Amino acid sequence: MSLAMKQQPNEEINVTPLPITKPEAKLYLSFMYVAFISLFIGGLMGLLQVLVRSGDFELPLGIGYYQILTLHGVILALVLTTFFIIGFQYSLLGKTVGMSDKQRKLGWLSFWTMTIGTALTGTAILLGEANVLYTFYAPLKAHPIFYIGLALVVVGSWISAFVNWHQVYVWKKAHPGQKTPLLAFMVTINMIMWVICSIGVAVAVLVQFIPWSLGYAETINVLLSRTLFWYFGHPLVYFWLLPAYMAWYAIIPKIIGGKIFSDSLARLSFVLFLFFSIPVGFHHQLTEPGIDPTWKFIQVVLTFMVIVPSLMTAFSMFAMFETTGRKQGATGLFDWFKKLPWKDVRFVAPFVGMLAFIPGGAGGIINASHQLNTLVHNTIWVTGHFHLTIATTVLLTFFGIAYWLIPHLTGRKLTPKIHKLGIYQTIIWAVGMLIMSGAMHIQGLLGGPRRSSFSEYGGTEQAAEWVGYQTAQAVGGTLLFIGIVLMVYIFVDLIAFAPKGEEEYPIAEEEEDAQPTPQWMENWKLWIGITIALILFAYTIPMIDIIQNAPPGSPPFDGIL
Amino acid sequence: MHLHKYEKIWLIFGGGALVLFLLILGFGAFYLGTHPQSHGATIDPENVETNEAFERENLGLTQVDDDRYIVNIVASTFNYDLGDDEEGNAVSHIEIPKGSTVLFQAVTTDVIHGLNIAGTNVNMMVEPGYISSLEVELNQTGEFTLVCNEYCGVGHHMMFATVEVVDDESGNETAAE
Repeated sequence: MSLAMKQQPNEEINVTPLPITKPEAKLYLSFMYVAFISLFIGGLMGLLQVLVRSGDFELPLGIGYYQILTLHGVILALVLTTFFIIGFQYSLLGKTVGMSDKQRKLGWLSFWTMTIGTALTGTAILLGEANVLYTFYAPLKAHPIFYIGLALVVVGSWISAFVNWHQVYVWKKAHPGQKTPLLAFMVTINMIMWVICSIGVAVAVLVQFIPWSLGYAETINVLLSRTLFWYFGHPLVYFWLLPAYMAWYAIIPKIIGGKIFSDSLARLSFVLFLFFSIPVGFHHQLTEPGIDPTWKFIQVVLTFMVIVPSLMTAFSMFAMFETTGRKQGATGLFDWFKKLPWKDVRFVAPFVGMLAFIPGGAGGIINASHQLNTLVHNTIWVTGHFHLTIATTVLLTFFGIAYWLIPHLTGRKLTPKIHKLGIYQTIIWAVGMLIMSGAMHIQGLLGGPRRSSFSEYGGTEQAAEWVGYQTAQAVGGTLLFIGIVLMVYIFVDLIAFAPKGEEEYPIAEEEEDAQPTPQWMENWKLWIGITIALILFAYTIPMIDIIQNAPPGSPPFDGIL
Repeated sequence: MHLHKYEKIWLIFGGGALVLFLLILGFGAFYLGTHPQSHGATIDPENVETNEAFERENLGLTQVDDDRYIVNIVASTFNYDLGDDEEGNAVSHIEIPKGSTVLFQAVTTDVIHGLNIAGTNVNMMVEPGYISSLEVELNQTGEFTLVCNEYCGVGHHMMFATVEVVDDESGNETAAE
């Protein structure tokens, strides 16, 4: 099937969306199945954790707290996110630039590679052979299968990146002189960032962890492994966030009956995310003894640069809301706010996600603030922070996508009943998270540690004070689990029970009289060149320092898990 | 590329705020010396006692001047070693007079630990091969929990000690908060 035939070259600025074929839909849905199964398992683990930490509940059958904590982190932060994002991105490209049969076959290869990897890692965790948490900091040692599984997940995601780029490349060949559709441009950026950053964790896993866990290497350079991890670990959070931004910029406008605020601005913000997401990993390592403080500060400055595209996004969103509201007849200062479709769950869920990013982003600025980080580092404040960003902003946007994407792919309709249920789901999520994340933030400021099972710490007054907040977290966490059950119910309904019909795949268009997007926006060589230059600037000297001045390496420790 | 007038104002305001934040952080770090701990001092994690500070008899609290103290700590799963008292029992509670300047120095003999005196600025990663150190002034009285805030294994949450900041030097009178 020729892609060029599907798409007539036209002089219009807006490209007509392509139909999604049955075999394509099957591929995209497979990613969604894994994502929602992961959501349920990971959510259940989260529920068990908050119950244990309340002090009133003990895990049965000799299951360890740190085992379920590892499962929670791996399956939600790594599996749910990656599968949802890759499935969603495939669908975006299928819709905007098309997917050939060959590309689809490679798509399946990426799916199975990732799924087998997930199964291997999951098995190691379930057998209790990998209680190392999702960050697997050396010299804690997991079973080699844990690392091998993770490596396969990364390799599978790389296959999807190459398929995505190939999809865009084929389209560009068939449409000379036309700008890449906005969503395809965004997917391309996200996958460039993902591949560049995951090389770090791949090197750590393949060169350091696997030989060391198999016994071929006696020791491991701990600081190097952590630095490689966080070189990957911060862009990882932007890899989660950018698909949410794709929906905000280029899908939500269509849902609310508006137009894209500015095509060039959206592209520019994605380019800035590419530049500034990667050379910033040290802000996760601020309280570590082996990194030069000046280089920490330099990466703090670079971290602050990444706030600029988020500010641009915030402006664009509210400008787009206001413009749309006014076009629908809103007058006065805030009347447009009432015009927003408050009964449409495809809008309400991501909107609540946007709101959560205001405190989430502010908390992130605090965390990255060099010496201020000392006050909150590794306290449960940090857990509260990323449950706002990833588990609210990103996840509610993903739910908002699922409400139309799943029925579009299954040939069903999003019913008014599901709209209503989804809005209840969003409210439960917001309230549950307000309680849980709020309690985590406060307890963290009081010094309560993260990643810790219930403890009275010998009966200190401080520890007694923390328990009250942990009880609140159990209440919030229970609400969130109810939210997850509701969401899984909605997912199953949209997969198998909702009435047959056609659900729109909403892709927003530009205004007829929109300013043309400048050509230089697609200068990929320049964007990648600047990205690599920034990484080399931020990491070369400290990396040499870390390797040259390394202390004796560490042998594996696994008898303590 | 076209930017809306209000967007320019918004970005100038937002960007200006970021620059201001960074100037404050930079002033604190480079002028006042409030960098997070980073010294790059290395040590052999399997032979920490080769460094004088971490010889068994030098662990725990040592007074070095009128109002200056050093606290040397060896962290290992799942214990903070603060030395022994006169009777030879392991110390798990130290008392420091209010207003003292205290240098905390810590190493680990096995995995990574997170040394945090909860509710204070003493918060450092302790990584195999490196000496973590931070000097603070203790100005608030009360009992503080020394926790491990980086996961170190199955007994991670049972790894703790207490640090009490007391009003007078004898340590008899404890001012409650």
